[in-house]
Amino acid sequence: MLFSILLDAAIGLMGSAIGAGLVAIGAGLGIGKIGSSAMEAMARQPEAAGKVQTAMLIIAALIEVVALFGVVVCFLIATA
Amino acid sequence: MKKIFRNNMLKFLKINLLIFLVTLFNFSNAKASGGEGKEFNIGEMITHHISDSHEWHFFDGATLYLPVILYSSDRGIEVFSSANFYGDHHEVVDYNGYKYEHGHIVPLESSRSILDFSITKNVATLFLTAILMVLVFTAVARGYKKNANTGPRGIQSFFEPIIVFVRDEIVKPNIGPKYEKFTPYMLTLFFFIWFGNILGLLPGAANLTGNTAVTIVLALLTFILVNVNGNKAYWGHIFNTPGVPWWLKLPIPIMPVVELIGIFTKPFSLLLRLFVAITAGHIVLLSLIGLTFLFHSWAVGIGSALVVTVINFIEILVATIQAYVFTMFSSLYIGMAVADHHDDH
Repeated sequence: MLFSILLDAAIGLMGSAIGAGLVAIGAGLGIGKIGSSAMEAMARQPEAAGKVQTAMLIIAALIEVVALFGVVVCFLIATA
Repeated sequence: MKKIFRNNMLKFLKINLLIFLVTLFNFSNAKASGGEGKEFNIGEMITHHISDSHEWHFFDGATLYLPVILYSSDRGIEVFSSANFYGDHHEVVDYNGYKYEHGHIVPLESSRSILDFSITKNVATLFLTAILMVLVFTAVARGYKKNANTGPRGIQSFFEPIIVFVRDEIVKPNIGPKYEKFTPYMLTLFFFIWFGNILGLLPGAANLTGNTAVTIVLALLTFILVNVNGNKAYWGHIFNTPGVPWWLKLPIPIMPVVELIGIFTKPFSLLLRLFVAITAGHIVLLSLIGLTFLFHSWAVGIGSALVVTVINFIEILVATIQAYVFTMFSSLYIGMAVADHHDDH
């Protein structure tokens, strides 16, 4: 009985850790894509670099929040 | 040129040092809540820091016990200090038929139900933010009266570009020609979230904007503004969506149902985004600080202090961007509701 509970907690912890990793992959892909596009846009149109950078930061913040959803959910699983 | 650069560099280093000191202060805070003799539990420490409580713990030895205000149908209104829940050796004790557990007050008899109107840590921070905003913005407004024909001065010159930015870059382009009516609310919203986020980053501060109750109210206000100001085109778009085949609306109203759900998902995404961004920022900071106490090593302490300093900078950026994003989406939703549609997509 006790063993199975321990096992469940361990599986939960493992799940939250794997989840955190997956979230990091997703956010990394997203922010990388924004970064590459922004770099390209800035290289093509250096005079618009300021505007592109602001927009890039805002979109990056939106993606970061999605990654942070993962952090919160993983935290809740790990501490529950 | 070189001198300006050096001056700026010096300023940057000073700010850096300040944030580093703030970080060190956070360490002492984390240590305090970890408790001596007990096994250090990082999850418990983080949960304690991001959740609301009835006392304001600045650091060990400086705790502000906030008033508890309860209402129950049989006893009426009761007011007492939350210090009553702590015994001589700082252990949690029952008081007057109430039990204090995990930051919540519950009656000992399970048949009774109470309403908790207490001034908790978050409520106190909310008052503090409100007072700060009144002080700052009355000073700014007074500045405009006093130097009517001259340039802005003092605190006025700090806030003028931000106010103009919110008006011209967020509210005007997103709401459209009817922006003037909504500008005061949007400015209040922006500065409230911004002040709350920044105050939340200070050591010992409450996690005000990372609290679902606060973000729910903010999103609810946007929801009310959108639906009260929604014009004919807005409601027409919901119940009789133009440009959609009739069989999506008539026998089974698929489109209206989807659009009706959309009314509620918009504020829901707003409230979740702000809550998650701020709470998770705190969790990341506190976990990095907690590493030191997990490893019991000063080398890890130096490393994590450096990383936390960097993350603190990012958090300042996030605090501003979240205020921007919340205001921008609010004005976007209002703009969608008040715009004169003549689209046929």
